[in-house]
Amino acid sequence: MQVSRRSFLQVGTLSGGGLMLGLFSALPRRSFAQNQEGPPPFDAKAFIRIAPDGTVTLIARNPEIGQGVKNMLPMLIAEELDVDWKKVKIEQADFDAKYGLQTTGGSRAASNNYLPMRQVGAAGRQMLIAAAAKKWGVPESECFAENGRVYHRPTDRSLGYGELASAAAALPAPDLATLKLKEASAFNVIGQWTPGVDVPDIVTGKPIYSIDFTLPGMLFAVYEKCPAFGGKVKSANIDEIKQLPGIKHVFISEGTMKLGPILEGDPGLEPGIAIVAETWWTAQSARKKLKVEWDEGPAASQSSAQFAQRAQEFSKSSPARMLRQDGDVNAAFSAGAKVVEAAYSYPFISHAPLEPRNCSAHYKDGKLEFWSNTQLPARARALVAKHLQIPEDSITIHLLRAGGSFGRGLSNDYMVETGYIAKTIGVPVKLLWSREDDMTHDYYRPGGFHFLKAAVDPSGKLAAWQNHFVSFGAGEKFSPSASISPTEFPSGFVPNYSLGASVMPLQLKTGALRAPGANSQSFVFQSFIDELAHAAGKDPLQFRIELLKAPGTNLVSAAAKPKVENEPSHTRQGARPQVYDAGRMLGVLALLAEKSGWGKRKLPTGTGMGVAFHYSFQGYFGHVAEVTVGANNTLKVNKVWACGDVGSQIVNPSGAEAQVQGAIIDGLSELMAQEITLEGGRVMQTNYDKHPLARLKNAPEIEVHFHKTDHDPTGLGEPALPPLLPAVCNAIFAACGKRVRELPLSRSGFRWA
Amino acid sequence: MPFTLTVNGRQMTADVPADTPLLWVLRDVLKLHGTKYGCGIGQCRACTVHLGGEPVASCLTPVSAAAKAPITTIEGLSPDGSHPLQIAWREIDVPQCGYCQSGQIMTAAALLAKHPKPTDADIDAAMSANLCRCGTYVRVRKAIHKAAGQIAVSHPDLISLNTAGAAEEGGL
Repeated sequence: MQVSRRSFLQVGTLSGGGLMLGLFSALPRRSFAQNQEGPPPFDAKAFIRIAPDGTVTLIARNPEIGQGVKNMLPMLIAEELDVDWKKVKIEQADFDAKYGLQTTGGSRAASNNYLPMRQVGAAGRQMLIAAAAKKWGVPESECFAENGRVYHRPTDRSLGYGELASAAAALPAPDLATLKLKEASAFNVIGQWTPGVDVPDIVTGKPIYSIDFTLPGMLFAVYEKCPAFGGKVKSANIDEIKQLPGIKHVFISEGTMKLGPILEGDPGLEPGIAIVAETWWTAQSARKKLKVEWDEGPAASQSSAQFAQRAQEFSKSSPARMLRQDGDVNAAFSAGAKVVEAAYSYPFISHAPLEPRNCSAHYKDGKLEFWSNTQLPARARALVAKHLQIPEDSITIHLLRAGGSFGRGLSNDYMVETGYIAKTIGVPVKLLWSREDDMTHDYYRPGGFHFLKAAVDPSGKLAAWQNHFVSFGAGEKFSPSASISPTEFPSGFVPNYSLGASVMPLQLKTGALRAPGANSQSFVFQSFIDELAHAAGKDPLQFRIELLKAPGTNLVSAAAKPKVENEPSHTRQGARPQVYDAGRMLGVLALLAEKSGWGKRKLPTGTGMGVAFHYSFQGYFGHVAEVTVGANNTLKVNKVWACGDVGSQIVNPSGAEAQVQGAIIDGLSELMAQEITLEGGRVMQTNYDKHPLARLKNAPEIEVHFHKTDHDPTGLGEPALPPLLPAVCNAIFAACGKRVRELPLSRSGFRWA
Repeated sequence: MPFTLTVNGRQMTADVPADTPLLWVLRDVLKLHGTKYGCGIGQCRACTVHLGGEPVASCLTPVSAAAKAPITTIEGLSPDGSHPLQIAWREIDVPQCGYCQSGQIMTAAALLAKHPKPTDADIDAAMSANLCRCGTYVRVRKAIHKAAGQIAVSHPDLISLNTAGAAEEGGL
């Protein structure tokens, strides 16, 4: 939610006395009745609640998937409200228009909330001060707030927030324009190392996740789908399954999907068989006795081997369409410069959050109620409404903590399935996917192929860059998350630049995985830049610095950047046009060089350092990796230095460091052995043994640094991941001379030491 | 058929087929949801509990085998969250999503019971059984050392002030 003139503060009274304060955007008003003027009706769930006993409850509006937003948003309120963080209670918001935008995606929470959440807190403080001043009959200017109390300096009097809450609630909400926000130097909540608010519950095993939610009389469901995407049930022994002990319902769904290439985020309800039982294990065990004959449909003809073969064929001709052309690459190639050609590729991979997809729902009297770990409740509701023919205002969604998500919860297929089963049986039900369901029916990070050619001139500068990107889609459209931006670095930094694309059809769901686009392209471009640095005879870091300092490119406009996938258009309302600020990246690289001792450390044989940087999701990040490659391609990542510039303020250093540490481990998992392959339309990897995560013994030492600059704070969920992959690959080259152009590393015989 | 289990010091009964995994008895029958389902094949160990003091994957342990020895789950590790690992986990702020963390803590508790002062190699060997999708491994290691009394809690200084122009001037 961007604060604009259409935002306003809303004040209300708690039953039993007390203050409630909310900040509303005008946007949600559209969904209210036509004849209703003014703000939505106030109810007992605003952002701040102060009870007469002084208990302060702050509401966290965004879905929590492990990124720490349930800390960060209330910390912003608490800072300006001047309350003791250790005493406040934090409550997860349900999905409700009164909270404005409630999404987790695009690393947007910091930039969308840094100002408005502080304004909520400041308004509360101002009203409490006003209430105290009125009570004492003194000017507000003589009063100040601290730690949950308002003080009057000259008379040394004070009142607690609880004593003032009722009086404050009777005052009008202050005009946003008059609010005084603290200077950063006065912060005592923002910038403090703040452990997660749910950690005490996590370490004692409290049932706080979506998978833990139960209702009285709840039944448990599984939903069997065709191994080849979109296949329909021809016949199944459902009468036999119905006879098994503990089984309550078995039914077949035709689904609501259209067959053909998947070019939109949520294609609809997939066909399948629902089995509902008294316990999940009963349903899952019955499923193993299912005998289904599938009409597999056209998806069953797809294979990864075919994709790779078609990509090779595409590479032999010109791209189907050009996305950007600057200067004349061919002239540069024939101008006596040093030309380097390379083909890079990366596989499909799965999100694989540890909590498999699950959701609870209850359909009663035409109303459908969900308890879900979705990242995008608004889109989930619209999708369910469309596919199950239930009006949006008859659907409610409660938000529960997710056991990881990484973008998986942006897609809400599992909620449509849950809603469908709930609507069919009319009693509370939890759908839980098995791990195998989760891995074989994901919205995969799409694989891709880049056929690159570049030239460095005799002075060692990058003179030309050409890329033929082979991806998935149809006609002018890319499959979800399979696109490329014509502004992606080094676009704009090379005088002669050419980017073209060819696409092949894909009948498989694809979607955003943490740092979509960047998580694969950074590997390709920052590895190829490394090759060019070596071709130019330059130090890899120095070559990059010179590239970033290319004349006239300090601010390369990225205004034409395509919209970030899976992000509602209104989240960008009022956002400033984006630019690639080369100066910020240079600042990051300078810090990175200093901290890592780049070029100054003596390394043993078989050990090397690699560098890479990437700008994505408003964050500037560079990593240096030090690796040792042993006999038989054993890889040990000894240490990673990570430097980022995400603006002027780190809200929660603990959460921020954790996001960077996690992104580095995540990157190592993607790098080493993760790969989703198709044979006969079937996903061949069904569990973590075939699509492995890095383990504790593989984790390097990690040093995290933030380069503070005078820019608005931005998010950390994604931008630290992309440069990790090329930094390690470039370090492998430095260590042993092997250039990795294909992921995962296991394809080239590497394994963890 | 009915099985009598000793869970966190209490006798509990579950009337389920003998091959039902302990994980699903804990979660769906005994309503102890702290033990998590992640993979069902013993790869992730989010479902780790102690059976006779040993860490086991409850997703692979049939209830018939689990009836033979006392079971401890995350809910029974301490009466009030005061186990040194639980304290260290809070202080170091280990969890991100937190889903795997009850399994991590149960594996770590079994490690500390055998090796009260574990080396990094001990931690590597024991804790590499448990997957963390969020990548909290650096803090898991630190928190185990903290719980073992081997280190004090300290938070790194992460923030460098703007050194505008350093890249311009610095001799890179």
